Amino acid sequence: MTTAKSKLGLSKQKIDKARALALEITAPVQDYIDKHTTVTIERATLRLLGADGANADGVPVPNLVAAQCGDRLAGGAAAFYLNALVKLDKTPAALNKEIEKGLNIASLELTDNKRIQAKAAEIVKGLDARIAGNVAHRNAKLKQYKDKVKSPLIYVIVATGNIYEDVKQAQAAALQGADIIAVIRTTAQSLLDYVPYGATTEGFGGTYATQENFRIMRAALDEIVEKEGRYIRLVNYCSGLCMPEIAAMGALERLDMMLNDSMYGILFRDINMYRTFTDQFFSRMINTAADIIINTGEDNYLTTSDAVEKAHTVLASQFLNERFAYNAGMPARLMGLGHAFEINPEVKNGFLYEYAQAQMAREIFPEHPLKYMPPTKFMTGDIFKGLTMNTLFNFVSKATGQGIHLLGMLTEAIHTPYLQDRHLAIANALYVHNTMADFMNDIEFKKDGIMARRARLVVDETIQMLSDVKKRGLFSAIETGMFAEIKRPRDGGKGFDGVYEKAPGYYNPVETYLKKKLKVGK
Amino acid sequence: MFIKPYGDTSDDGAVQLSFTLPIKNSGRAKEAARLYVQKLGFKKAEVVHAEALSEDFTFFVAYGKTDISLDYSKVEYAEAVDKSMSMDEVNEFIKTHLKRKLVVVGACTGTDAHTVGIDAIMNMKGYNHHFGLERYPMLETYNLGSQVPNEKLLEFAKKVKADAVLVSQIVTQKDVHIKNLTELIELAEAEKVRGKMLLIMGGPRVNNKLAKELGYDAGFGSGTYADHVATFVAKKLYERMTGKK
Repeated sequence: MTTAKSKLGLSKQKIDKARALALEITAPVQDYIDKHTTVTIERATLRLLGADGANADGVPVPNLVAAQCGDRLAGGAAAFYLNALVKLDKTPAALNKEIEKGLNIASLELTDNKRIQAKAAEIVKGLDARIAGNVAHRNAKLKQYKDKVKSPLIYVIVATGNIYEDVKQAQAAALQGADIIAVIRTTAQSLLDYVPYGATTEGFGGTYATQENFRIMRAALDEIVEKEGRYIRLVNYCSGLCMPEIAAMGALERLDMMLNDSMYGILFRDINMYRTFTDQFFSRMINTAADIIINTGEDNYLTTSDAVEKAHTVLASQFLNERFAYNAGMPARLMGLGHAFEINPEVKNGFLYEYAQAQMAREIFPEHPLKYMPPTKFMTGDIFKGLTMNTLFNFVSKATGQGIHLLGMLTEAIHTPYLQDRHLAIANALYVHNTMADFMNDIEFKKDGIMARRARLVVDETIQMLSDVKKRGLFSAIETGMFAEIKRPRDGGKGFDGVYEKAPGYYNPVETYLKKKLKVGK
Repeated sequence: MFIKPYGDTSDDGAVQLSFTLPIKNSGRAKEAARLYVQKLGFKKAEVVHAEALSEDFTFFVAYGKTDISLDYSKVEYAEAVDKSMSMDEVNEFIKTHLKRKLVVVGACTGTDAHTVGIDAIMNMKGYNHHFGLERYPMLETYNLGSQVPNEKLLEFAKKVKADAVLVSQIVTQKDVHIKNLTELIELAEAEKVRGKMLLIMGGPRVNNKLAKELGYDAGFGSGTYADHVATFVAKKLYERMTGKK
């Protein structure tokens, strides 16, 4: 998707200016990130080296090891795990069993460094092969079934709490035409500082993200892939206190997309900002290595603030998310930058503003598979009105060439989707997307009309905001409530105690592998 | 006065239905749907649309006509006295009547690590389209998170001169929540803050009755949103203020 010329008359100089500001804003944050690690980065590293399972109390093996390491996490947890593998001459699976039973691997004396590094090389090689295998499998299926690829891709959510119920609903949705299935997580999971283990059947407003649940849903969707001759993508939530660990699990189990925002956790989940910035970087490297498309969470700005007044906060955040993602070696084609159709339906010409803003996002981020979110804030119990709003949303999405189209549900304000709600939403989208298949190429906008002026205004406001953020610095900008009108102190929030300045000689062979593969740093 | 639904003629009793049955779409499935609508009590039933959602599920749109009517004159309904105000109304109420920002401190106390309840009430984003207390301009809020010891909670509440303290308890195994909630009340008594600040508890297994029994000012169970809590806090404090005057 490349747009040669801006239909909205957007200034290339201004867009370049905004990108330059984003680079300046993120640079000092990236400096901080490069010097730090976190408890979940270390646990993600352990997972990628083979740590898995949980003890009788349900404490996952990566957490057991992290606890054994204590403050020595600052030097990296990998050495302890690799050392135990070498010294006890065990496979990761066998070692995990011992750790579950209480073995303290941090108390083992470290063996010769060369042996540890040799073990690391062996395991990382296997890791690389597994991730590359997943990428190759996905690419092969995408190629095999490329005739059935829709634009935009149709994205629906399942959220029963029970992975086996999720499977039924996901398969039904995929058969009806959904291209992407997201399994919503149970409400509290983003604030858990561990990833639960095993298949789960109970959740609150969603289903636990566990590696086993990932496997179950992946297998269920792969059945449909063959049946339908269409690749079905699986999504989960790489956010909260375990960002990098979820990324690791997704890379291992061939998830295709991850919700993954550089600031969402800070603003909307009150997770410490140093923790989130450091975690998002590592998680994005993993996602990139596994060719996983991220979805950023800019839609959330509009559910807490007015969608007309605060449209520029979305664009500003997109520029920052883009820059942070580039810093992690991620190419634009994996950046599903988020935005949303959330203008109050009572606003006169609101549709024109929505259309203008969606077109603006498309033009500014031409190679990015933009993630477009449906109306939620103004959905009510009037399901018939809701269906109409979703139709307009479907129109804008197709008319502006969005990449990832999260379907609105007519019962959005009432309950988690019924089977039939998803069906009606998919039928609506398929109808709209087909009946206006080539509309986008046939349409131009009036020079200096309402839409062109609207888009230019949002760009100007964005540059103003980014200039202000640059002046204060990103940490202070968040402290003073410049994003989503939410103030978060830099040393407050959850998870700050899990941030460590990297000790001299910090050792993390997974990080080294990722940085080399993605050509990150230096 | 007896009433029935109005479709296109007085008292035709026409009702529109849509539902899904766990069966494969077929002529027999459509007939099953029609019979099912009849079983619901509709005299005339017509299935106007049937569509497969998968091999195992079929979606139906149906119309039915009912003979059942209702005596409207016998319907009793009193507006709830403590009807919840909206966020804007709460803010207006506080501005007008209390004339200062109210301080609310919330926590999930004891060993309970589940912040889902307190976050649903307090977090800016709120829950289910109800903004959290952090979003209320006339409230100054502090969400202390999970596993907060009762002593710490009260100490903090005194420090910031809290008007209301919200305690969330999700885990109720072996009545651990009762023990913990009782301990907080005893501490509040000892510290002489009970009666000065509102003590409010919440959680899926607690309710107002239990709260009163334990000595709390209020208790909120499942289905509670921030607006309910905010309304209670604002009105109760106003009541206390005017009561004293």
